[in-house]
Amino acid sequence: MSKTHVTTKVNGDEVEFLCDPRETLLDVLRDRLNLTGAKEGCGTGDCGACSVTVDGRLVCSCLMLGVEAEGKEIGTVEGIATGEELHPLQRKFIEYAALQCGICTPGILVATKALLERTPDPTEEQVRYWLAGNLCRCTGYDKIIRAVMDTAAEMREAS
Amino acid sequence: MALDSSKTTGFKYVGTRPDRPDGLDKVTGRAKFGADAYAPGMLHAAIKRSPHAHARIVKIDTSKAEAMEGVKAVVTRADFATGIEGEFGNILENVMAGEKALYDGHAVAAVAATSALIARDAVKAIEVEYEILPHVTDVDAAMQAGAPVIREGAADSSVPEGLHPNIVRYYESGHGDVEAGFAEADLVIEDHFLTEATHQGYIEPHACLGTLGTDGKGELWCCTQGHWYVQKVCAALLDVETSQLRVTASEIGGGFGGKTTVFIEPVALALSRKANRPVKLVMTRAEVFKASGPTSSTSMDVRIGMKKDGTITAAQGTFRLQGGAFPGAPCEMTAMCAFAPYDLKHVHQVGYDVMTNRPKQAAYRAPGSPMAAFAVESVIDELCNKLGLDPIDTRLKNASREGTRASFGPKWPRIGLVETLEAAKAHPHYSAPLKPGQGRGISCGFWFNHGGETAVSLALSEDGSAQVAVGTPDIGGSRASMALMAAEVLGIPYEDIRVTIADTATLGYNEISHGSRVTYASGLATIKAAEDAVQKLCARAAAKWGIPEDAVYWEDGYAKPSGPNAGEFEPLHIGDITATMGATGGPICGHFEATPEGAGVSFATHIVDAEVDPETGKTSVVRYTVVQDAGKAVHPTYVEGQFQGGAAQGIGWALNEEYIYGEDGRLQNAGFLDYRIPVASDLPMIDTVIVEVPNPGHPFGVRGVGETSICPPLAAIANAVSAAAGVRMRQLPMRPSRILEALESAVDG
Repeated sequence: MSKTHVTTKVNGDEVEFLCDPRETLLDVLRDRLNLTGAKEGCGTGDCGACSVTVDGRLVCSCLMLGVEAEGKEIGTVEGIATGEELHPLQRKFIEYAALQCGICTPGILVATKALLERTPDPTEEQVRYWLAGNLCRCTGYDKIIRAVMDTAAEMREAS
Repeated sequence: MALDSSKTTGFKYVGTRPDRPDGLDKVTGRAKFGADAYAPGMLHAAIKRSPHAHARIVKIDTSKAEAMEGVKAVVTRADFATGIEGEFGNILENVMAGEKALYDGHAVAAVAATSALIARDAVKAIEVEYEILPHVTDVDAAMQAGAPVIREGAADSSVPEGLHPNIVRYYESGHGDVEAGFAEADLVIEDHFLTEATHQGYIEPHACLGTLGTDGKGELWCCTQGHWYVQKVCAALLDVETSQLRVTASEIGGGFGGKTTVFIEPVALALSRKANRPVKLVMTRAEVFKASGPTSSTSMDVRIGMKKDGTITAAQGTFRLQGGAFPGAPCEMTAMCAFAPYDLKHVHQVGYDVMTNRPKQAAYRAPGSPMAAFAVESVIDELCNKLGLDPIDTRLKNASREGTRASFGPKWPRIGLVETLEAAKAHPHYSAPLKPGQGRGISCGFWFNHGGETAVSLALSEDGSAQVAVGTPDIGGSRASMALMAAEVLGIPYEDIRVTIADTATLGYNEISHGSRVTYASGLATIKAAEDAVQKLCARAAAKWGIPEDAVYWEDGYAKPSGPNAGEFEPLHIGDITATMGATGGPICGHFEATPEGAGVSFATHIVDAEVDPETGKTSVVRYTVVQDAGKAVHPTYVEGQFQGGAAQGIGWALNEEYIYGEDGRLQNAGFLDYRIPVASDLPMIDTVIVEVPNPGHPFGVRGVGETSICPPLAAIANAVSAAAGVRMRQLPMRPSRILEALESAVDG
């Protein structure tokens, strides 16, 4: 099958790739652009491990085709830190031990960053419902929720 | 004189909560998991699977697939070793079907191609002719006369004569005279309980990248809980020498027991050998559900007698475990764990391992124990209700203690069950008022914990820092725990130690990361390896000072003369010794290889408040407290994480998760949408209390903590739901429809 040429921006950098029209954005990120931070946990949009932002909107990259990235701005976990400075969420996730195996962590970080950009002062319930599409099997979510709440408080104080 | 750093108090590093060493990699997306490896010239593979629960494979035609552009290799059972029996024979049969497909999802062929899309298309082009056979997926049905026989001759010598061939193992133990015990009781309750198969539900599907040459040498990268085991199994299934296959464990995206065995790795290697190129194979989520191991479903009968004062007079249990199309369901462990928390004069337990047309069960966190606790602790709860007794006081009255004869035979060493019960009773949760519609449940739980073959190597660098190579994949922060224990012995900062999960070419055999053994066994080996290095450091100092080796001791990272008689010397820092080690005898390393057998058993007590909506049957867990004996919490934050994670998995198992089979024997919910594990909005915060009753079998008193946390939840939640709904729930999961049925039948009844 002939491939399609796509030009897009990932984490602020312009990238070009050729892909089969059947390839998902997740396939492209991982297999063509070497950005393996987004994970495939289900391939059906149920686990959120592949979460990225597309023009600022949180999406499951396994549910979007690679060709649909044309002209968009994609954000992945690899773009969350600024140089050597971690995003406050990344720092707090380490500090709170909000990860065990870490496979869901990239998706949860992308998702919670998107939450805090919209809702800087979320309630625990808001965090829990926002993250209902990001499965974690190790932690029981307790330390994740605490890390997000504390990050939100710190970011509000800093702004 | 052997150095001994054993202690249970006065720690400098152990018990602190530093950042984990792999934290940065995991929050930046850099950590490399199973599917994150790529190799030049790599092919992608896909597996053809049976759509039938039970069928004879008449013919497999791979010609169309082989003719497709981009397809480089196709394998079937004919591409694997022959004549393999026993455990490995079963694994081979599971990895690639031989004469029969034994369950929906059983692998029958595989393809390697230049892209994943081509591989998937090629799988569809493989034509398989099946002769469909009668199937059975239910444990009780599989034991009945006339049930379809999964495989003749699979039973071992433990099975009494005259039982159905699907019953492949039998276990029985106990002591006393249960009938005499029941006669002493004021109340005897006997009940029947059912639990469904649940999946470990790790978010990372099985994934590997394998290269195997016609020279018999291979490299394998995979997500596994035990790469030496993978090495051994793959070598046998492909008929190559074990040492010629080097296996590297990737970061592992959850395992919970489900990655203690082998599913796809031999397939990738067989394809690689045939194509002469590296092959990557990654399961889809549907394949994970259909063809990797869930836990056993169970059918259980438990009978317990109690006096009015709460004394248990006798206990008896029969536990039937459905293990899929192969032997191996943990019927012994279910039976052994069932009554372990209690000091019983009369006890008897029986276990059956039963085959069905389902995927081969795999270990799932304390395999077999949670179901047993569900049945036993439900009956105890009912007895307490009927006799008007406090559930914690009653459990305390009957609790196993040091010196008690365990229900399955041995005398308990120092154990911490009583301490967990006392801490639960003292916890504010236990006395907090409940709202209308809510119920509170209590349960105890037990797990053995394990030691196992272990090898650790520690190398000091010139600057006095240390590298520790361990062989147990880190599934929950164990690199942090190892570094803390090494820091404690070496007397150098936690940050100066780098812990690596070594590949199979680097260390001796390490058993799988299972049985909650890592912090215990690899921890013990790390301590011993560090002691070995310290002894060598002391010897170098002694040589420099010209005094006997035993006149030098080690403290806080310094070699010091042991007293005035040893002479007066300025203490030597570790870095002073390592800086010149090349000229004073060569590299300084410590190592330890053994099979430690002092894993301390662990008990827990959980308190749960649940609220049941009588209109919809939906249950909400509104408060949850885990109290568990950790022996010594090396990194308390990660111990809490294990407690919380086990409780959360238990909540899913109790309320929502189940394998659903249709009449056709096919799995109907092979995805996270229909097999719904708990999400963030389903759960409350999970409170934890770490009890520390030191394990005498570990230098720092460590007990395994990973598995015990999933033993009490099924029962604790069932007791809470039963209290809230006013009707006893004897079947899991307690999904809304089942609660409504129970409420209706209670009204009708």
